[in-house]
Amino acid sequence: MAEQIRIQTPFTEEMSRKLKAGDAVLISGEIIAARDAAHKAMTEALARGEKLPVDWNNQMVYYLGPTPAKPGDPIGSCGPTTSGRMDAYTPTMLDQGIKGMIGKGSRSKEVIESMKKNGVTYFAAVGGAAALIAKSVKKYEVLAYPELGPEAVARLTVEDFPAIVVIDCEGNSLYETNQKKYRTLQGYE
Amino acid sequence: MRELDAKQITEAVAEMCKEAAYYLPKDVYEGLKRGRETEKSPVGQNVLDQIIRNAEIARAEDRPYCQDTGMTIVFLKIGQDLHITGGYLEDAVNEGIAKGYTEGYLRKSVVSEPLFNRVNTKNNTPGVIYTEIVPGDKLDITIAPKGFGSENKSGVKMLVPADGVEGVKKAVMEIILHASMNPCPPMVVGVGIGGTMDRAALLSKKALTRSIDERNPMPEYAKLEEELLELINQTGIGPQLGGTTSALAVNIEWGPTHIAGLPVAVTICCHAMRHSHRVL
Repeated sequence: MAEQIRIQTPFTEEMSRKLKAGDAVLISGEIIAARDAAHKAMTEALARGEKLPVDWNNQMVYYLGPTPAKPGDPIGSCGPTTSGRMDAYTPTMLDQGIKGMIGKGSRSKEVIESMKKNGVTYFAAVGGAAALIAKSVKKYEVLAYPELGPEAVARLTVEDFPAIVVIDCEGNSLYETNQKKYRTLQGYE
Repeated sequence: MRELDAKQITEAVAEMCKEAAYYLPKDVYEGLKRGRETEKSPVGQNVLDQIIRNAEIARAEDRPYCQDTGMTIVFLKIGQDLHITGGYLEDAVNEGIAKGYTEGYLRKSVVSEPLFNRVNTKNNTPGVIYTEIVPGDKLDITIAPKGFGSENKSGVKMLVPADGVEGVKKAVMEIILHASMNPCPPMVVGVGIGGTMDRAALLSKKALTRSIDERNPMPEYAKLEEELLELINQTGIGPQLGGTTSALAVNIEWGPTHIAGLPVAVTICCHAMRHSHRVL
């Protein structure tokens, strides 16, 4: 692995535009967790012309629904969920000023176009490495929709949270390049 | 006739839910380590290092291996000479799930209705419970929590007999290539062949309760498991970010089917191939 790039949030467009697909990063500062139900609630609120409960400008969103914290811990296990389920809501959310997304798995063409337009970077955390990732989370505070339980919008304070740039803001994808590089399959496509 | 108190079932299920969430089975852990030794992609090696370290932390500290502690699939084999007293069997199992997921700090991921009003039941019930009546007077319980990142990428193909072995391979590979890097590989792939559409799907789930080191007892199916594993590991999917360790195993279960049919179901499991087994 190449050297890891340290990132301190807030995460601006200028910071985002410097990153390239394949870069390994360690994120410190605050990131905001939101997943399926919260994305639905927020885009519906925007459609009604309401203000969102969180200011997303220069924020990183983390697609996460953690397990409950054991007594004395800030958070339970907290790995990424599949980002693709948020694709339908993502262009609307990126227009709110989000500059980084952390999740796992591929994104739609519409999301990648919106990333290019808004200068957004998409990072992958290791899916299923949830107990390990919890070690980098220092604080967890629910910001909105507490009734959604594990799907509530929450602020995470993280230190050296490990992630990899999989799609950069020019649309280059590590998924595509690295999968091609190791594909020896004949037929079946 | 032997009697078994429903409370004992509840207690056992509660403990088994926690065990399954915290402790990755040894065969899967060793499979991940073997994958790390042979993985060609540097980024894939890094991902596998993190996954292996994660399994060690979860086991040492009694923490959920993954935050998606799954929808709880329960396979019950009930001896026909066993009499369950003090409560209804499915209630006892669901009470066990609620207790285990609450006491074990596991995530509650079940909504009571899928389409119009997705309200979380807040205790991970109901589980998906399958019962089978078998000879004897014991209760055999397998708990297999299933995460939905991988479940969403599973599928069924209704083939015809003329499609044959090559058709089965194509059907499985189509589902795998469509799933790509999304279901948290390295995957374990459960394949059900035969039966009806629903039976094939159930067989593909049951296939995932078998050790990844154990091949199908029928040599033709064992060979097909090996061939499919090789094909999947040639896709480049790798451990999430590209590489050579896309799957740890393919487990096939088969069943009798109709003269006109060849159903093929594929349940994709992520590297968190969790299960827990007890006999009461």
